[in-house]
Amino acid sequence: MSVNGDGDDGIVLTAEQKRRRRARSVAIALVLGALVLLFYAVTLVKVGSGALMRPM
Amino acid sequence: MSVLSNGAALQSANQARAIEPSLAEAGDYFALMKPRVMSLVVFTAFVGMMVAPGQVHPVLGFASLLCIAVGAGAAGVLNMWYDADIDGVMGRTRQRPIPAGRVQPGEALAFGVALSVGAVAVLGLVAGWFTAALLAFTIFFYAVIYTIWLKRWTAQNIVIGGAAGALPPVIGWAAVTHDIGLAPILLFLIIFFWTPPHFWALSLRRCEEYRRAGVPMLPVVAGAAETKRHILGHALLLAPAGVTPFVFGFAGLTYGIVAAVAGAMMVMLALRLKLATTDADAHAASKRLFSFSLLYLFTLFAVLLVDHWLAQWPVGAAG
Repeated sequence: MSVNGDGDDGIVLTAEQKRRRRARSVAIALVLGALVLLFYAVTLVKVGSGALMRPM
Repeated sequence: MSVLSNGAALQSANQARAIEPSLAEAGDYFALMKPRVMSLVVFTAFVGMMVAPGQVHPVLGFASLLCIAVGAGAAGVLNMWYDADIDGVMGRTRQRPIPAGRVQPGEALAFGVALSVGAVAVLGLVAGWFTAALLAFTIFFYAVIYTIWLKRWTAQNIVIGGAAGALPPVIGWAAVTHDIGLAPILLFLIIFFWTPPHFWALSLRRCEEYRRAGVPMLPVVAGAAETKRHILGHALLLAPAGVTPFVFGFAGLTYGIVAAVAGAMMVMLALRLKLATTDADAHAASKRLFSFSLLYLFTLFAVLLVDHWLAQWPVGAAG
């Protein structure tokens, strides 16, 4: 990968570094997905019944 | 080699690695959270939550427990960040992610701070800000008071620092009731008196490593004989403390009997350790005490939980 066209390729990841970065990215995606589900469920519990029983 | 020179070498090595792309696995970040400690925290917090009077929605209960677990994990991360120099010279901890060079100290610090803020903020929204403040205090106490201050300063480090590990059942209780009563304080005292004999039994066998790392654990500072005396003293405090939930009417007779027998076992094992005459006997006795202490705490909290469920069951069935 050349950034400025002067032949400086910067940091080139090895196959092992790419594999580990991918594993970390997958783990972050899974954690974020789980958090979305958790916040959704907590929101439903906290405000769900209250929202339904609001006086019109 | 001193801790300082080891620390400097570790820092220099980490600076050299800082420009290298990370080799950390996702599991390394999980290991930073001290999952074995987390499991004990989750269990005791769960029991505190279950025996508290009142009801909590299962989703909110689960979210609260998750926050407590993550908060405990965050404290573990901050502990590993600060203690990387010590971990690097002790055989038991040398392969932890930071001294092994898989995670940079800066990454661990950012991870620990982010987890702390996230866990406290979410717990505040889920279970109220009193509960969240307790969690924040626990993280602060473990990461700052114990890790940064007490651990390298006094032989009483784990006696005072043990308060952090004793707070999870109080947080679990507060997640339901939003206050603190006598019962969670009794649970706090059980873990508080349990911590020193548990860790001193371990440190007796790791004395040389602690000495090399410059950590003033009691066996290093006062010697094995004095440590054994302290272990017996704390076991004698722990045994009656374990029975107090029954004495004060928070637990039934089953719990009272189990706690009394288990407490007597702790005292007996501590006495055997104190009376051990040879190194081999002392080694075996400290190992037995350490293993039994884990079983002791798990058994007491498990029986407390079952006892509570059994006491409630007929009411539920009748209703």
